[in-house]
Amino acid sequence: MSSWLDYTINGLIVGNVYALVAVGLALIFGVSRLINFAQGSIYLVGAYIGWVAVVQLHTPLPLTILVVAVAAALVGLIIERFGLRPLQNSVRIAPLLATIGISFVLDQLVMLTFSPNPRALPSQLPDVRFQVGNGTIGPLDLLIAGVGITSALLLFVFLRYSKLGWAVRATAQDRDAAMQMGVDVNRVNQAVFGIAAALGGVSGMLVGMYYNQIDTAMSLQATLKGVVAEVVGGAGNVPGAVIGSLLLGLVESYGVAVFGTSYRNLFAFLLLVVVLVLRPNGLFASARQAPPEPLTGTFIAPSRPVRIPRWALLVAAGGFAILPLFPVSFYVLQTLINAWLLGMLALSLTLVAGTIGQVSLGHAALLAIGAYTSALLSLTLSVPVGLAIIGGGLMSAALGTLLISPSFRLRGHYVSIATLAIGEIVSLVILNWESVTRGPIGISGIPPLSLFGYDLISPTSIYWFSLAVMVVLALLQARLLGSHLGRSFRAIRDDDIAARAYGLSLNRYKSLAFIFGGFAAGVSGGIAAHLYSYINHETFNTQQSILALTVVILGGLGNVVGAIVGSVALVGLPEVFRLAAEYRILIYGIVLLLLVRFRPQGLLGTI
Amino acid sequence: MAEQLDPMLSLRGLTRRFGGLTAVDVIDLDLAKGELISIIGPNGAGKTTLFNLVTGLDRPDAGAVSFEGQDITGLSPERLAAEGIARTFQLGRVFGNLSVMDNVLIGAHTRLRAVKPAVPVIGPLLEMGLALLRPASVRAEEERLREEVKAILARFGERLLPRIDQPAYSLSYANRRRVEIARALALKPRLLLLDEPTAGMNPTETAEMQGLVAELKVEGLTILLIEHKLEMVMRLSDRVIVMDEGRKIAEGPGEAVRNDPKVIEAYLGHGLTTEQESAA
Repeated sequence: MSSWLDYTINGLIVGNVYALVAVGLALIFGVSRLINFAQGSIYLVGAYIGWVAVVQLHTPLPLTILVVAVAAALVGLIIERFGLRPLQNSVRIAPLLATIGISFVLDQLVMLTFSPNPRALPSQLPDVRFQVGNGTIGPLDLLIAGVGITSALLLFVFLRYSKLGWAVRATAQDRDAAMQMGVDVNRVNQAVFGIAAALGGVSGMLVGMYYNQIDTAMSLQATLKGVVAEVVGGAGNVPGAVIGSLLLGLVESYGVAVFGTSYRNLFAFLLLVVVLVLRPNGLFASARQAPPEPLTGTFIAPSRPVRIPRWALLVAAGGFAILPLFPVSFYVLQTLINAWLLGMLALSLTLVAGTIGQVSLGHAALLAIGAYTSALLSLTLSVPVGLAIIGGGLMSAALGTLLISPSFRLRGHYVSIATLAIGEIVSLVILNWESVTRGPIGISGIPPLSLFGYDLISPTSIYWFSLAVMVVLALLQARLLGSHLGRSFRAIRDDDIAARAYGLSLNRYKSLAFIFGGFAAGVSGGIAAHLYSYINHETFNTQQSILALTVVILGGLGNVVGAIVGSVALVGLPEVFRLAAEYRILIYGIVLLLLVRFRPQGLLGTI
Repeated sequence: MAEQLDPMLSLRGLTRRFGGLTAVDVIDLDLAKGELISIIGPNGAGKTTLFNLVTGLDRPDAGAVSFEGQDITGLSPERLAAEGIARTFQLGRVFGNLSVMDNVLIGAHTRLRAVKPAVPVIGPLLEMGLALLRPASVRAEEERLREEVKAILARFGERLLPRIDQPAYSLSYANRRRVEIARALALKPRLLLLDEPTAGMNPTETAEMQGLVAELKVEGLTILLIEHKLEMVMRLSDRVIVMDEGRKIAEGPGEAVRNDPKVIEAYLGHGLTTEQESAA
């Protein structure tokens, strides 16, 4: 049994590692008001470069650290130069989406190069423990602490005494003023991305050594933890990020001590949500301030949506409806069923992210809530499947709205962080709440789809059922957008301050959007549960959230027809080109990047 | 003065600090029904902060705001909009992706009745249900509001009507300012706060805007106006208030204020008059 001192040491060491990630995030947020979702991918790259150096090149430890820092910094510079600099004058949401796309591409490249299997990353340090009071500390702990303190000192000296460091601080305080005084903002960005990436890469390597294991799942976790630490400390606040990281390390470590390992992340995300709700500007925030007045339409790309004549939509819907009457293969129907299910999720997300501007990164959680509710209703209470699916939709609408409601007063990128965290919390609660959700075992033997007592087992009947449900949801949503609620939602998206000044309650209308969207997503999850017959806490994951977001952006934010077209395109095209599964996510990431760069308004335009 | 016995809007000791800076420093103000008061002063004098405090976008650190005898200090902007307070914004806050029609319809949001039943708890759900079902009463209300919007837009001549279905981001700067004012009028305000309505407008456009504000005044609307163009201020205002560094340094009829040495000094630069100010 480890002592409390051990848990404290462990918490501080882990906190130190988080700090290396979080400081980079804080620097970047400081100069460009961007939460860099690719930070975890750089950390992943750092871990694998470390592995190559240690295991294949047998470099000594100091050289390993140097190699990792330099290589990771290079990746950071490339991201800044080619991924983000071209987006400098585009809408506020574009760089955020770009970092998400970059993160997917990097993660997939690492996975394709090294395979997804975990690898051991030996630390090259002697395996001894020193007794400290009633706890112990090892050489690796000291190394991590040393690297943490050294980089903090270097960074301090850089920011305080070098000219470039002054430029970084000036840019963080007031970008426009710094530019007018002749600060080269591109150089500042470069410096910041290079430093952030070097720190992130070294951090990934150290964590790999600490657990003697690296795998590609590290990336998202690191981003999440870094973001939590950074937000707790106050976005853009470098010392705050360090303190936030240590706090997060301790909270997790003590949480694990009391409740067990599977609760580690739950505590991290609960801490995030509590801080976001109570002190959205971080624990050390300065005075409340009204955001600057925007020019028009700066959040999403202004565009004129492509008007598709009603007859064309009718023809398309009719064509898809009669498709099974022709001799098409089971494979085609199966693919389209997937597209219809994704379409329902995309309809939900395009309303929430596009129409009312709450860019949710945890939308798959709504699928999970709907799926679990519908599965459990039909299995344990023998509710007919059709009703159970509606129950799943209602539960998703209610629970999803309830969970997200504390974040309604957040804006911009913070909403994305909050939804990401809430999505993770839902997944972790499903994992840990064994008496209801059956925990890690998942739920098997879910009854197949049925309607009014008739089982829907043939692909044709499933196809018609899912198509019909999606079309009904799409028609309802189109009708909603045509009402006063449509313009109210869009007004809140375009300028929430002006909307409030004209009597629009943000809580009321964001709730309505999440209720409507939550229902569609929950229904999609419910149908999926009965199709798959088995679900667990990982069935509906962040990848699906990001896929849905890519669909939504491809189709055009807020665009109902676009959501469906985007779903068919992103589900169908990889099938048409017979792409192997592991390349698909890479393609999705590249599609997202290209869209953000070249057609931010999507195929059919923002509504 | 008789009107001050029963002012529509009254500010008492209103104060707002940002760190070491006092943006609004113990401001008192009474605005009678039907009166038009202009607030002038150099940039950074605290005029817009004062507007934010009155409309609920910011909360005062001290002092009180009352509207028609009710204390409204610190109420949310949504509530104040429902009370009939409408404002425009200095740099323009139109909804860029909404059409001119939709922008102005948002102004009428607080007047929606049929589609927004005043039922506690389930009210929002009923609102969504009614928006989807659209019974005759809801359709009629929407139709009536659209006609009203057209009437409001007609006040701007041919500036906005031909562009009624265009998104606001595609409008010229001056037209966006007009949309802001149209949106404020759609609220049917009892009190209208205009924050530099003619900023960035050429002389012709300014004259048009001045004509419109004069019309609104004749119609009996109570108006608080922030404006830099003194010509317009002098013509329209019943009284003028001059702010500098958060404080009210002069108040009175336009001509008197214009010749006040403190005002001239505030505009031309700070000299040796700190003693005079503290004495005043």
